[in-house]
Amino acid sequence: MAKKKFVVGCFDNEEVLFPAVKKVRTAGYKIRDVYTPFPVHGLDHALGLRETSLHTAGFIYGITGTATALGGISWILTYDWPLNIGGKPHFALPAWIPITFELTVLFAAVGMVYTFCYLCQLAPFVKKHHFHPRATDDLFVMVIECTDKTNVEDLKGFLSSNGAIEVNEQIAEEGWWWGRYDKDDEKTLEKEIVAA
Amino acid sequence: MAEHTLDFKEQFEIPSGMKKWSLALIIIGILAFIIGLFTKGMGTNEEKAVFLGTLMYNTIFWTLVCNASMFFICATTLAMGGWQMTFRRVAEAISTLVPIFGIITLVILFYVIATGNHEIYHWLDSKQVAADEVLKGKSGFLNVKFFVIWSILAVGFWSLLGWRMRKISSQADAEPMDFNTGSAYLWKNTVTASLFIVWFALTIGSTLPWLWLMSLDAHWYSTMYSWYVFASSFVAGVALITLWVIYLKNKGYLEYTNQEHLHDLGKFIFAFSIFWTYLWFSQYMLIWYSNQPEETIYFKGRVQGPYKGIFFLNIIINFVCPLLILMKRSSKRNYTLMTFMAVLILFGHWIDFYQMVMPSVAKDHVTLSWFDFGILALFVGLMIHFVGRALASKPLIAKYNPFLKESIVHHT
Repeated sequence: MAKKKFVVGCFDNEEVLFPAVKKVRTAGYKIRDVYTPFPVHGLDHALGLRETSLHTAGFIYGITGTATALGGISWILTYDWPLNIGGKPHFALPAWIPITFELTVLFAAVGMVYTFCYLCQLAPFVKKHHFHPRATDDLFVMVIECTDKTNVEDLKGFLSSNGAIEVNEQIAEEGWWWGRYDKDDEKTLEKEIVAA
Repeated sequence: MAEHTLDFKEQFEIPSGMKKWSLALIIIGILAFIIGLFTKGMGTNEEKAVFLGTLMYNTIFWTLVCNASMFFICATTLAMGGWQMTFRRVAEAISTLVPIFGIITLVILFYVIATGNHEIYHWLDSKQVAADEVLKGKSGFLNVKFFVIWSILAVGFWSLLGWRMRKISSQADAEPMDFNTGSAYLWKNTVTASLFIVWFALTIGSTLPWLWLMSLDAHWYSTMYSWYVFASSFVAGVALITLWVIYLKNKGYLEYTNQEHLHDLGKFIFAFSIFWTYLWFSQYMLIWYSNQPEETIYFKGRVQGPYKGIFFLNIIINFVCPLLILMKRSSKRNYTLMTFMAVLILFGHWIDFYQMVMPSVAKDHVTLSWFDFGILALFVGLMIHFVGRALASKPLIAKYNPFLKESIVHHT
């Protein structure tokens, strides 16, 4: 549990948000994240995020599923307990393809879901600080991390002049915690809202 | 939109190189046809069957591939898709070939019917049919009258509805539309597209592959067959659209079509390659598993007979290659790789149509020879020639289509 100081700027328009992201980054501030009500195309590139490697993980899970199915079935049906089924050869590859396909999909799907949850730190009862409740409704919320050298007042002015309709400063838990919002959120947050 | 002006080259001018190449291919094709006619077409019944079979699978393949372009247009129209608008005229230009190739197909099929060639269509021999319980049972469907009428209706309605779709598309060239004319325009598109789709389902989605291709093995039947033919022709059709889009981009046209559109075309090719494999395999696996002699006869010559190599080449080109090469996002956005894959897929499904037809016609040996490639050259030449002409006859982008902006800002 480590608390940090953040400056939060809220935008109500995508077309204002993009130039603002660019300017904030060129000014040298570190954007922690931008919370948006819907997926915004191209925002990941504007933020300079790297491509996700989730699909590579998915491919590896899929291959694992294929190998498990083919290895398992062929070991059982040709070596461990060969059975004569309808006069087919023991190594009856066409008949195994549906199961192989299904295990491939199962491994890839389940593996990717858990990997996604891990990457996003999602689990039951895991809580994270919400910088603005309207981020899930109609506001684009840009969160900037502050260091000792950050001049908060300058940064706020900078955000307002770039089109933020609401700017405030929050000291909040940066990771996640177990618990409940109604009880714990106040404990982990010292709000210091300053109207823009 | 009023303050934006679109800046693009509207008019496609046919480059002299394209004219030369298409003419050269057509001449090679006609020479191959004439030499084939004298060396094969006049010979024994078996040689004649090989000659006609080769013509058949080529014409049917190219007719269905070009018709798949119109299916692509109608399906995206019905789904209210907007992303294809910047290059929709390319698909329209390819679909203008349906009446031309359709008539060539009809001429060849009706020649087979008229000469009663039962080396190709076994059910044409009325004496055999009378003595054969299975064929007698099918004769309500598999008879000359139904074959002829249904084939003419199929090609006729594809051409007619396709022509109507293209005519509606031209109305978006004239003047800007306000909300009301725009919605009336979309509604007109929707009605014609749904008629086309219904007719497409009644023909390519079901009956026509049974008549034209499956009845080559008159005793055999498979309920997967029509969908398998459809998937084959559709994935090849999207590959053909992709090739033309890349060609036009290389020549400096289609300024608003970019990697985002290419990526989506790549997804179509990838997805329908998998879909094709799914049908191909379902058909094979069920027949292999139940092991009924009247069903396995179809695969006997193909998997264990002389056509073994082509059978496995087919699955490698049309499944393994797209699966491994097109899986990555970066390869679907790469013009060189997509060109290579589009050519490979077109060739692969041409081979697929080859192995649908020829193992039933020439059971003893693989007939793939200079003649097949000559006829292929003829059709490629005709395709380049007519698509080029169709592209040059209209602006390359329908400027006032209500969905055009959606396509310009499209982002995958």
